[in-house]
Amino acid sequence: MKGKITLSHGSGGVQTNKLINEVFFNYFNNDILNQMNDAAQIDIDFTKLAFTTDSFVVNPIFFNGGNIGKLAVCGTVNDLAVSGAKPLYLTSAFIIEEGFSIEKLEEIVKSMAEEARIAGVKIVAGDTKVVEKGNVDGIYINTSGIGKIYENVNINCANARAGDVVIINGTLGDHGMTIMCERNKLGLEGNLKSDCACLNSLVDTMLEAYDGIHVIRDATRGGIAAVLNEISEFSNVTIALDENAIPLKEEVKGATEMLGLDPLYIANEGKLCAFVPEAYAKKVLNAMQNHPLGSEAAIIGKVTGELGQKVYLNTVVGGKRLVDMPSGIQLPRIC
Amino acid sequence: MKFVDEFRNNEYSKKLAEKLNNISNEKINIMEVCGTHTMAIFRYGIRDVLPPNINLISGPGCPVCVTPQSYIDTAITLSEKVDVIIATFGDMMKVPGKKGSLSVKKAEGADVRIVYSPMDCLEMASQNPCKKIVFLSVGFETTAPMAAITIMEAKKNNISNLFFFTAHKIVPPAMEALVQDKELKIDGFLLPGHVCAITGTKTYEFLSEDYNIPGVVTGFEPIDILQGLNTLVSLISKRDYRIENEYKRIVKTEGNPIALEYLNSVFNIVDSSWRGIGIIPKSGLEFNSKYEDFDALKHFKINYEEYDGSPGCKCGEILKGKIKPTDCPLFKKLCSPENPVGSCMVSSEGTCAAYYRYHKETK
Repeated sequence: MKGKITLSHGSGGVQTNKLINEVFFNYFNNDILNQMNDAAQIDIDFTKLAFTTDSFVVNPIFFNGGNIGKLAVCGTVNDLAVSGAKPLYLTSAFIIEEGFSIEKLEEIVKSMAEEARIAGVKIVAGDTKVVEKGNVDGIYINTSGIGKIYENVNINCANARAGDVVIINGTLGDHGMTIMCERNKLGLEGNLKSDCACLNSLVDTMLEAYDGIHVIRDATRGGIAAVLNEISEFSNVTIALDENAIPLKEEVKGATEMLGLDPLYIANEGKLCAFVPEAYAKKVLNAMQNHPLGSEAAIIGKVTGELGQKVYLNTVVGGKRLVDMPSGIQLPRIC
Repeated sequence: MKFVDEFRNNEYSKKLAEKLNNISNEKINIMEVCGTHTMAIFRYGIRDVLPPNINLISGPGCPVCVTPQSYIDTAITLSEKVDVIIATFGDMMKVPGKKGSLSVKKAEGADVRIVYSPMDCLEMASQNPCKKIVFLSVGFETTAPMAAITIMEAKKNNISNLFFFTAHKIVPPAMEALVQDKELKIDGFLLPGHVCAITGTKTYEFLSEDYNIPGVVTGFEPIDILQGLNTLVSLISKRDYRIENEYKRIVKTEGNPIALEYLNSVFNIVDSSWRGIGIIPKSGLEFNSKYEDFDALKHFKINYEEYDGSPGCKCGEILKGKIKPTDCPLFKKLCSPENPVGSCMVSSEGTCAAYYRYHKETK
C-alpha cells in the first residue's frame, strides 16, 4: 500500500479495514487472527502462564540492525523467555501519527512478522489508532505476550548463589551506541549495528545444556549494570566482574571512549546474562557459543560469597571500582 | 594502533603500577585538575594500585561544577520565555538552582534541548526562525573553540535568532590561585590532556618557573594516567620542576594554532567567578565587541549579578581540593545524583558524582 496514514485510517471504517487487511493481516496472517474476532480465542493446555507487556517509542524508527517493529517483537519475546516460559502469542497495538508513510508502516509490520516467525510466536490480536500530526513521534507500538511456563525451570532473579559464574552471550552496548549515534547524527563512521534479536531459542539451548541454571535475565535499558544490580539486590549477593573479560566490539569501544561513556551502562536488545553453578559453566558456555546468538559468549564474572549487595569491577589495572545502578540518562562528556 | 586497547593493556599497567610503588616513600600531594581525570582514576581503580604515600586531590576542572548558581538561575529565567529555546550540554539539565532545574522546567513545558555540540544550534536556529535559541555556552579551552567557530558561522550567515549565554573559563589562573592558597600543599599537577591539546604546554610553564611545581600533561586511559603519575612522582622526588608531556599522541607543545586563532579572534579574557572559589582575575572568556549582538544578556536586557551555592553545600571546598566529598555532611544524605544540592554531584565530571558512583566506602 502506498500513500500516507490519515485520520480516516484510525476511525474504524472502510479505510481502517483496508489498512488492517492489506497490511496487518497480510503479514501477521495466522489461524487465530484470521477468525477476526474482537478478542483472540485460544485453546491452551496449561495452567501456569507468563504474561508481559512493553511499549516501544524508539527514535530513530529505523536504524542499522532493525526498526521499532523488530524491537517490539523481540522485546516481549525476550521478557517471556527470561521468565522461564515458551513465548506463544503476542498482541500488537499501534499509535500512528497522521502523515506517516504507509510504505514505512508496511516495512515495520513485515519485520514484526519475520521476527515472530523466527521466534515461533503468533501475533493474534491488535489495535490501530491514528492521532493528529505532532501528537506522537511517528509511530509507537505496544506488544503484550503470553508464554507457557516450563515445568521445573526457575530462573528467577532471586536465585543467584555464591560460586555462580556470570555468562553473557556476546558484546555489550551495540544497540544503545547505534541509536545514540544515529539519533544525534554524530557522524562516527564504522559498522555500529543494533544487536536486536529474539533470544528464546538461545535460552532453550542453554536450558537443554543444564536445566538448573539459577538466573537468566536480559540486559536492556541501563545496560548490563542495571540487570546485575537488580540480581544482586534480589538475590542478596555480591557480584565481581572482570574488566578484561567483557567483550566489546571495536566500534563500541571507540565510540564510548570518544564520548566518555561506560559500555556497562549502554542499552542492549539481544543480550542476556546467566548465573550458572560453576560445575556446569563450561557446558552452558559451549552450548551458547555453538548457537548463532552466542558465538561471542563469555564468562565475565562470578558471585563471590562476600556479604552485601553490590556489583564491582576488577579493572584492567588491577584495581576495583563499584558498578552502581545507573541513574539518569547517559550523556557524553563536554570536554 | 587502535588507541584504546593498547592503553588499557593489563600487563603493562601492572608494570607501571609496580614501578610507581618503587620511586619514592615521601608523602606527596598530587592534584589532578581535570574532572575527566577524576572520573577515569575512579573508573579504573587507579587509587587501589598507588603506594600509600601518594595522595590524589581532585581539582576544579569541571566546567559545570565551577559555574555559579546565578548562571543556572538566569538560564531558568530565560527558559520561561515562550519564544526561547534553551540549547544546552546535557550536564546542565539537572544542576539545581533556586527555582528547580532545567530538567524540571522542561517537564513543565519549557523548550529545553540537549545538544552534543554548539554547532547543532546553527541548524536549530534555521529550523526555528520564529524562536530565539539561547545556547548555554560553558566549558574550558577544550570547548570554547567550538563556541567560537559557531558564533563566527552565525555572524557570517547573518543568523539573527541565535544567542550565547557564556560562562567559559580558562584553567591556568585557577591553578595559580590554588598554588597560592597556603592551606593547600600541592607538590605536582597532572595537567589536563584535552585542554593542553588546544593551548599547548607553555601556558603551564609558570608552575615550574614561578612556583617550583612540576606538571605532567596526561591522557585519560589507564596507561596514560599511570605513566603520567610515574613521570610526575619521579620529577617531584628529584626536585626537578619541569613541565613534561606524556600525551604526545594528542598534545603538541604549541597546542592547536588554528583553535587558538579562533579563540583570540572571538574572545576577550575577563575576570570570572568560580563557584566556591570566588573571582579569579583573567580567568574567564567573553565574546568581544564584534559579537556583542549574540550576547544573550544584552539582547534580553538582563542585569546579571553573580552569586553562589546552596546553604550547607561544600562544593567550593571540594573544588579547591581542601576536603573530599565524604567530608561533606550532605554527601549521600541530602545530596545524591537523584536529588543534588550542588553541581558537583550532577556533572558527569563532578568530584562528588565520581565519589558517589565509585567510592567503595559509600556502600
